[in-house]
Amino acid sequence: MSEGFEELCRVRPIARQGMITLRGDLSAKAVKNAVTGVAGVDMPSRREARHVGERAILWMSPDELAVLVPHEEAAVAAETMRSALAGIHALVADVSDARAHFRLEGDTIREVIAKLAPVDMSPAAMQPGMVRRTRFAQVAAGFWLRDEATAQVFCFRSVADYMSGLLRTAATPGSAVGYF
Amino acid sequence: MLLIDCPFCGKRTESEFAYGGPALAPRPDPAALTDAEWVDWLTVPPNPLGWVEERWWHARGCGAWLTLRRHTVTHEIAEVRHGR
Repeated sequence: MSEGFEELCRVRPIARQGMITLRGDLSAKAVKNAVTGVAGVDMPSRREARHVGERAILWMSPDELAVLVPHEEAAVAAETMRSALAGIHALVADVSDARAHFRLEGDTIREVIAKLAPVDMSPAAMQPGMVRRTRFAQVAAGFWLRDEATAQVFCFRSVADYMSGLLRTAATPGSAVGYF
Repeated sequence: MLLIDCPFCGKRTESEFAYGGPALAPRPDPAALTDAEWVDWLTVPPNPLGWVEERWWHARGCGAWLTLRRHTVTHEIAEVRHGR
């Protein structure tokens, strides 16, 4: 799974992606400042993902955010957030090495994802900037649309090989449905 | 397939959820009950033809525990709320 593969859409594993989980009161000013400060990205509202380049903030639940930064910055960023949130009821964990990320690129990403996840992938329902936690076949996963032709999928690292196989199968040449 | 309207995520398929059992009355003090009443509370879930209150966990979504009112015959869901 070191190199990507070119099928219905391009599926590329992202080898090193920094990811920090934050849980706390997302309406608290200190929490917002701590997260946007290290990410350099605006605070997302419910079910939104905001990104600038390789940095992003994903809404994960009413009390959880995921902050994406370059891998080499993750440990320092987590420490910065921790000190910014000292004395506040919040949890910060560097989960960079516990997650696997895949980038899907091409005109058929909606179709490839729709084969695997119980998600309405019609352009009216799933728009760029939306994040979705769900399952891909048998495993928990999440994804967001960076733009109309780019999606990023993430899952537990322990199921990265399974996810790689799933995406490869869903993107097998000749398996286009042409629904969207 | 149930379509459960999570208050945080919107309508989601049943396969994103885990069933959490019936929403029971608060746990009674076993010392204050007869053995038969205690066994009944512990082991006999309500199973009517009609409305039941159930707990569902949005395990593959936002992680919230929801309580919903579901009709066991029609699968209609009348109410979904966060928590108990």
